[in-house]
Amino acid sequence: MCGTCGCSSDVRITSLHHSHDGHEAGHVHLPDAAQAGRTIQLQQKVLAKNDQLAAANRQWLTDRGILAVNLMSSPGSGKTTLLERTTKDLAGKMSIAVIEGDQETALDAHRIEAAGSPVVQINTGAGCHLDAEMVRSALRSLDPRSGSIVVIENVGNLVCPALFDLGEAAKVVLASVTEGADKPLKYPHMFRQADLVLLNKTDLLPYVDFDVRQYSSDLRRAAPAAMLLQLSATTGEGIQGWYDWLRRRIPPPPE
Amino acid sequence: MHELAITEGLVDAVSDRLPGQRVICVKLEIGALSGVVADSVRFCFDLVTEGTKLEGAKLEISQPPAVCHCRICDSNFEPDGPIAICPCGSAEVAVLAGQDLKITSVQVA
Repeated sequence: MCGTCGCSSDVRITSLHHSHDGHEAGHVHLPDAAQAGRTIQLQQKVLAKNDQLAAANRQWLTDRGILAVNLMSSPGSGKTTLLERTTKDLAGKMSIAVIEGDQETALDAHRIEAAGSPVVQINTGAGCHLDAEMVRSALRSLDPRSGSIVVIENVGNLVCPALFDLGEAAKVVLASVTEGADKPLKYPHMFRQADLVLLNKTDLLPYVDFDVRQYSSDLRRAAPAAMLLQLSATTGEGIQGWYDWLRRRIPPPPE
Repeated sequence: MHELAITEGLVDAVSDRLPGQRVICVKLEIGALSGVVADSVRFCFDLVTEGTKLEGAKLEISQPPAVCHCRICDSNFEPDGPIAICPCGSAEVAVLAGQDLKITSVQVA
């Protein structure tokens, strides 16, 4: 396994539209730093390589006028359901493409494809998060068109994905009322990174013990800069706010 | 368990910078707000360095405290835990230090 980018023989990237020859290892090599000596000062970020690859992804996306969003949540909070609905509702209005991250199976990719969006599935094997190299390969395979939105559905996990920049323009954390209201305080590293928090499954509020006001207050403590939107991906209640948020962030077309 | 990938990144970064050199000590800085657990990195380090030029190397981890700035009362403070709340009660804070995860230096044989 490559220690820096996390790629390994376990990682599989599958396009549902055309075959892909596997995971290209486009490693970035840093310049040789030092000659032999007793103590060598490095002052180097451990994730420097991932950060470099993420910066290259960001530039690639900017050059093409594509909005990329890193969508993170715990398993089962409704990421794929949200993207299915988003794809259907925005058909003909905005162009959506999806990179699906899961440890195993292409189940989610098949759901997104059935809803009508181009999709590439990344299976991380034992890996608990996506990294910039995986996304680089997936973007080349997906080849999204200019002016489109690429949603990167990260592996369901509120811990590890917080540390890995993928080159996205914004981080969105999806939470659901069935998970309990204590998540922003329990997983502050994840929530602190969020530009937007979507609180999903609000149609179930009458049936669960979830205090929205307390959640909102705790979220402000963990992530003062994050915007909170409430919605139900099942009924569509409140979902227009998510679409408006996306629309506002689509970059101008490249010259 | 992102610490495994992170420890692999650490070993790879050192191996790239100092190819072929035997490393006997690595000094690593894990900021209090970095989201990385030092004990987990220590646990992974021996496993990941096996068969590399870092095998048997000592791992010294420093954990500098976080420093935050409150926009409301315009003062700096060290947060108590991972949620940065100013003693004045404000959450309108910027993290100035403590998010870094970096290799500060290595000792070679």
